[in-house]
Amino acid sequence: MMDYGRLLSPTVCEIKPSGIRKFFDIAETMEDVISLGVGEPDFLTPWEIRKAGILSLEGGKTRYTSNRGLAALREEICNYMNRKYGISYDSQGEVLVTVGGSEGIDAALRACLEAGDEVIIPQPSYVCYEPIVRLCGATPVIIRTRAEHDFKLTKEELQAAITPRTKVLILPYPCNPTGAIMERGDLEDLAQVLKNTNILVLSDEIYAELTFGGKKHVSIASLEGMKERTVVINGFSKTFSMTGWRLGFACGPAPVMAQMTKIHQYAIMCAPTTSQYAAIEALKNGDEAVGAMLEEYDMRRRLMVEGFCRIGLACREPKGAFYTFPSIASTGLSSEEFCEQLLYAERVAVVPGTAFGQGGEGFIRASYCYSTEHIAEALRRIEHFLKNR
Amino acid sequence: MNIKLLKLLNKDSRTDVRDLAVMLSMSEEQVRADIAELEREGVIRGYKAVIDWDRLDGAYVSAIIEIKVTPKAGFGFEDVAAKIMKYPAVESVYLMSGVYDLNVVVKGKTFQEVAQFVAKELATLESVTSTATHFVLRRYKELDVELLGSGKDERGSYLL
Repeated sequence: MMDYGRLLSPTVCEIKPSGIRKFFDIAETMEDVISLGVGEPDFLTPWEIRKAGILSLEGGKTRYTSNRGLAALREEICNYMNRKYGISYDSQGEVLVTVGGSEGIDAALRACLEAGDEVIIPQPSYVCYEPIVRLCGATPVIIRTRAEHDFKLTKEELQAAITPRTKVLILPYPCNPTGAIMERGDLEDLAQVLKNTNILVLSDEIYAELTFGGKKHVSIASLEGMKERTVVINGFSKTFSMTGWRLGFACGPAPVMAQMTKIHQYAIMCAPTTSQYAAIEALKNGDEAVGAMLEEYDMRRRLMVEGFCRIGLACREPKGAFYTFPSIASTGLSSEEFCEQLLYAERVAVVPGTAFGQGGEGFIRASYCYSTEHIAEALRRIEHFLKNR
Repeated sequence: MNIKLLKLLNKDSRTDVRDLAVMLSMSEEQVRADIAELEREGVIRGYKAVIDWDRLDGAYVSAIIEIKVTPKAGFGFEDVAAKIMKYPAVESVYLMSGVYDLNVVVKGKTFQEVAQFVAKELATLESVTSTATHFVLRRYKELDVELLGSGKDERGSYLL
């Protein structure tokens, strides 16, 4: 008999699987459930980008690429980072093409962390940071960002969390699930705190192109003195509706990138070749398609925010990503109770804020990656739920 | 001209004025006024349901008829087009570039009915020199709406 208890790593075993997975498995077995749960675009990858992938296959591009990614793609990434955010990277030593943004986060953390190190993570935020930090044997230090600060990270909060063991600050903006963004002034405040330290900023900018109300994304790496201490994570999934292609990239200082590239080399070899060819097309000619999707998201965003406010769930205007994060405090229910009761009573699936850290208590995440008809129907059902409980 | 409003109505003409107003950052009154004006100016000509007739066995068939015409001096194609569009069986009439002149969509209960209509009514019109009838066998997409497949949302990842 195998003794799996002795076999498996205690560090891995102690990581909890996502608690709400079970909840959504139930939702999937129910008829007529209307979901606001997903975290990926409903748009298909724009056709020209798909075609570039198909053409690469037809042309026989079926082999590995260089570990760091196709040279032509890395050059396009550098052009893109310069054009969009005003940061210039060297395509030889400062760019790594990864399997989604996720792999970049993993590689960057693994490149830096040892047992006993600390990583500052603002929450509510995306679910992968804490587990990966723990897998590295390091300690997550959670900052609960506050609704009254629009879920931004303040320099006081950052300052208070820094210890001699702090190695990395994760900066997850535009933020899933809160929709918060950090503007130039907010980032300058943080930069002041960080400049005299040896802390690396891991800036997860996967939603960078999805900002609203004329607020263009600012990368902390574009601020003076910050490029040398920042690894920017970005990718194609959200911006270009390419979730299934599994393609992202990381840009950062050469000494960090060199170590990340080793991890990538041994664990992954290279990102999918077909996806890399499609991505070149996305970066070269994708702006118009992205603009059209952004306009659609923006209308849905307004529809959803106004809808939640109208039916009595206070909802801040999200400035980025594609989620709303309304407060359910007025119901007196916990986030999980709200989601469970809503699912059973009205067959609407939303995600409890606590899935993104304890700071998400009292909130739910509702995605607007759905048609306006779908959103309107979900809001009708939620309104009915609030009136009848 | 409120193009964004037209696009939204084109997608779903039953969208609440309240929702249209929110999505367009306009007041409800302004949305109502714009719609009324678009209707008055004849930009919006009607509001119809998108129906998958293939689900109703035998209730509806249609054909695309390519018609060649000798235009009458002084009247161009308008004269014959005006006659053709008056038939209730005719769904749409377009003047075309290329090897034929008018594209006419004709509907009926059966293929025979449509064929008879073309032979008796359209082919015999003065100035019509030839017709070619192409029956529609299956509709896959109608007015931007995909009729094929379940329409089920395949996305399963709830946390990303």
